[in-house]
Amino acid sequence: MNSLVLASTAGNIVVWIVWIVAGFACLASAVAVISFSNPFYSALALIGNLASLAVLYLLLSAEFVAAAQVLVYAGAVVVMFLFVIAYVGPRREEPWSGGPSWKALGAVLAAGALLVEIVLAVSLAAGGSLGHDHTAGANFGSPAYIGQLFLTDHLLAFEITSIVLLIAAVGGVILGSHTKKAAA
Amino acid sequence: MNGPATTWYLALAAFLFGIGALGVLVRRNPLIVLLSLELMLNGGNLALIAFSRHFANGSGQIFGLAVMAVAAAEVCVGLGLVVAINRRNLALDVDRLSELRG
Repeated sequence: MNSLVLASTAGNIVVWIVWIVAGFACLASAVAVISFSNPFYSALALIGNLASLAVLYLLLSAEFVAAAQVLVYAGAVVVMFLFVIAYVGPRREEPWSGGPSWKALGAVLAAGALLVEIVLAVSLAAGGSLGHDHTAGANFGSPAYIGQLFLTDHLLAFEITSIVLLIAAVGGVILGSHTKKAAA
Repeated sequence: MNGPATTWYLALAAFLFGIGALGVLVRRNPLIVLLSLELMLNGGNLALIAFSRHFANGSGQIFGLAVMAVAAAEVCVGLGLVVAINRRNLALDVDRLSELRG
């Protein structure tokens, strides 16, 4: 019994260490994304952000979402970003010269106000019910569980997602081909 | 649940969203604005999945996957816009792209 408690405590400490490392990597890479002047490095920093988020999803027993995160984001979205950045070419953003500095100050204030608002709203709305969490089943978050939910309770969302993706693909094609006609 | 409570995940998600919002407001390169939008969507996703685990209800994860699909669609259209801007030899600067004429 004693060794069981000891093992559980050790597991808890390991999860805490993994959480702290992943959370720090997540915030650091997020700051890196918005602070690099070259978008190429920003897109590479986004890969680190997405990978650390996938680790956090695994800690939250969302295995399928973590796998989809790595596949869809790091595999497809970031590659598309890098492709377009390479297509557009290395254009560096000019440093703050012409614009007045109150714009940057206002942006920082607005982002800070948004953060405070989120924290207040979440703590006021959910503060009471966040005390203890519910126990999840063994297959919670597994691909079978997600697939069953998608095809029973959330079938409409599943189908609408496919339509959204189709419309976005058509829109991308139209955006890419329209300008050529206008230039001719 | 082993490790940190849901509140810690929510705090991290809020900070991630805030950093993304700061990027959207401060940066002027549309590519980096799109990357910052991804950060904001990921912050929302982390909160959704933390609540999903907290209440042991899978609907939050389904919502998270739908958010991922919408993010992919947004990137598709956004990068299409960037390519169209680049073809017309306009400046890649959201402050200077202030007119919506065809």
